[in-house]
Amino acid sequence: MSSIPRVETDVATAGGARVDGHGEWRTVLRHRLPLRLMHWINLLCMLALLGSGLQIFNAHPALYWGPASTFDDPVFATIAAPGADGKAHGITTIADARFDTTDVLGVSKRADGMRVKRGFPEWATIPGPRSLALGRRWHFFFAWLWVINGACYLLWSLASRHLARDLAMQRRDWRSIPASIVEHLRFHHPVGDEATRYNPLQKLAYLAVIFMLAPLAVLTGLSMSPQMDSLLGWWLQLVGGRQSARTIHFVVMSLFVLFTVVHVLMVVYAGPINEMRSMISGRFRVRYPQRRGERP
Amino acid sequence: MTDRSRDATFATSRRRLLRAAIAGAGVGLLAGCDRLSSSARFVGVLGVAEPLSMRVQRGLTGDRLAAEYPESMITPVFRPNGSTSPQTPEYLALKADGFRGFRLQVAGLVERPLELSLDALRSLPTRTQVTRHDCVEGWSVIGKWSGVPLSHLLDLARLKPGARYVVFHCFDDIAGDGSRYYESVDLLDAYHPQTIVAHSLNGSPVPVANGAPVRLRIERKLGYKQPKYVRLIEVVNGYGAFGGGRGGYWEDQGYDWYGGI
Repeated sequence: MSSIPRVETDVATAGGARVDGHGEWRTVLRHRLPLRLMHWINLLCMLALLGSGLQIFNAHPALYWGPASTFDDPVFATIAAPGADGKAHGITTIADARFDTTDVLGVSKRADGMRVKRGFPEWATIPGPRSLALGRRWHFFFAWLWVINGACYLLWSLASRHLARDLAMQRRDWRSIPASIVEHLRFHHPVGDEATRYNPLQKLAYLAVIFMLAPLAVLTGLSMSPQMDSLLGWWLQLVGGRQSARTIHFVVMSLFVLFTVVHVLMVVYAGPINEMRSMISGRFRVRYPQRRGERP
Repeated sequence: MTDRSRDATFATSRRRLLRAAIAGAGVGLLAGCDRLSSSARFVGVLGVAEPLSMRVQRGLTGDRLAAEYPESMITPVFRPNGSTSPQTPEYLALKADGFRGFRLQVAGLVERPLELSLDALRSLPTRTQVTRHDCVEGWSVIGKWSGVPLSHLLDLARLKPGARYVVFHCFDDIAGDGSRYYESVDLLDAYHPQTIVAHSLNGSPVPVANGAPVRLRIERKLGYKQPKYVRLIEVVNGYGAFGGGRGGYWEDQGYDWYGGI
């Protein structure tokens, strides 16, 4: 492990070392200030975009494939339909499959306890009560903030070599993918310098989010604009049309949510306090195990 | 109590606390969003995105045309929305007469106000376009529209100096309070080649549900910016004096005036 050189400017020792029976504990600077700041702005934007996006979806809770809507044949829809008990049930359809999703999708309780016909429930949308106009305002404001923050992140990552040094897949990363899968399955905690670097699966997940999901979200979002379509016609043709773009926008949102759930689970698994601190103050505690025969 | 059971109790209570904290934070976050949404100041801050989107998107797209489609892609039923059967007396009277008494007016800051019957409109230069209609709700339909380019009508009427916006006054009372639907665009959109005063949909006179006898097609806008049942086209210097002052019926309900995304 000591054969891998440490990148001094990237992981500078920010505090003193402490030695106990498990080895030597060092506090390092895990994430620099601009990165920490942009990370939390990004989270704020994503939450606002998610909630307001679901509000916008609720205005017409159905997705289609192609340039126009095929109202009788949606790819995905949440509807309200009378059940055998005579009450309104929330039904979610995906292609030809139907699921009873009462109280979550299709039909759900309002804050005042009333059951109403709604795509996504009140607790998932911004604002809670139905308002397409306000949902749009939230969405477009935070879309701009998110894009500007993302552009800053890209520029900073290039200029500071964060992208080249920490995120880019190196040859040894590609080679160690199988080993990394095994380590993940065995719940192996990295120690030493290894703990201060992204593992290959982590790198691939981050790279996919930054260079695939985020651009897709922006492009499919913009190509729902009839004004922008006068410029993005080629892109709409590529993805199959405006309604396809809207469907892909929704799928991208779902993948962002999936990524975030896994991301948070990994933080909890890796040590939530240490990980959170590394994204708030930047300080991160790393254990360097004592090698046999070496004196503390 | 053994150490282990104390640890277990501690762990459960900690887990319960954590769960409550997360749930509390979630509820607090959403309640906060709702409180922010009812603050006029905050909603105003969110609104800064609108002129930004408008300027950037217009800068990028210039006067490019909206996509036009082959006739084979026309949606069987052009889904109507908003008003679909106006009940105002003046409209019902015209409808009963097959719109023979209808006169489209062009007035305001013009040298020569116009009054045009449907026959007169049909005898003017016509543009036909198969375009996609995008509702602000998210759905789209494709239809074939024919009509007179608005630029032609404005040129016939000759704009006076100071003309900046075009306000469309309609027959329908969508609010049900005696007011009438209205909309507005600036001259950039008014003079766009695909902006037409449409008198036919899919080769037939525009059906009542879709805006008979004439409606606007402003192809790079969402549906609410393309008024149906148009009675008067008024050229103005500003739109603040009409309705709620925000340039359109839906704008007065909080929707953006740009309406291009």
